[in-house]
Amino acid sequence: MRINCPICGDRDRREFYYQGAAVALDRPAPDAAETSWDDYVHLRDNPAGPTRELWHHEGGCSAWVVVARDTVSHEIFDVVLAVDAKTRGATA
Amino acid sequence: MVELKALNPIERKLPLSIGGALLEALDLGALTSLSPLADPAALSEALEAAHGVELPKPGQSTGGDDVRCLWFGRAEFLLLGPVPSDALAQNGFVVDLSDAWCAVSLSGAASENVLARLIPLDLRSRAFPVGATARTQLQHMNVSITRVGVDRFMILAFRSMAATLVHDLKNAMEGVAARD
Repeated sequence: MRINCPICGDRDRREFYYQGAAVALDRPAPDAAETSWDDYVHLRDNPAGPTRELWHHEGGCSAWVVVARDTVSHEIFDVVLAVDAKTRGATA
Repeated sequence: MVELKALNPIERKLPLSIGGALLEALDLGALTSLSPLADPAALSEALEAAHGVELPKPGQSTGGDDVRCLWFGRAEFLLLGPVPSDALAQNGFVVDLSDAWCAVSLSGAASENVLARLIPLDLRSRAFPVGATARTQLQHMNVSITRVGVDRFMILAFRSMAATLVHDLKNAMEGVAARD
């Protein structure tokens, strides 16, 4: 598996560390309902299909990237810097 | 006051000449991490005024053997050689990393083949010409690698991993030499 880092280019998966679903980009407001915080902290989907995840390019440029990939076919659709994903909206 | 003597962590193990590759310790002088405060262009101008090199683009380096500036990660650069001018701190974070990293030079016709055993990147000159730099892994170690000459690479690793760096490179050099 290879991940196309927006800064470094196409790199081997071993350079990346997996963080999990990209929910950290959708942090609820401090006064949001308890159910939103419960969902944000604890509840994760386990889809067979497209997912959005945060990976850290720790063995490379140290950027956080959002990887959109398919857990069934292992196809990677899109890789963007987390900072860009955050700026243009986390659901983009 | 006690006079402390600076020691290079790998000097006693090097140089090593095996097959077509030569591994040597490098003393690069001061190593300084530079991160732009807001405008990278302002830091680049200050760097050029003070030390005569620009900030490189991602995957590139500027300067030469006396003063070199490496792209060192997202929004981070490493200045090799001079003690940084105070003027740089106006435009960026300036952090002394001199004692945190160690450096080796791998040269010779076999160096590409040696590195092909250790680093998951295409380091042939077509893909990685003189001046190109990368942050990547050598076995399991995070390193910075730069092609500083036609047959010469500079590799930086954490100083605490210096012995492992030499060990892994030596194994690969022996492996390549055994196939000649």
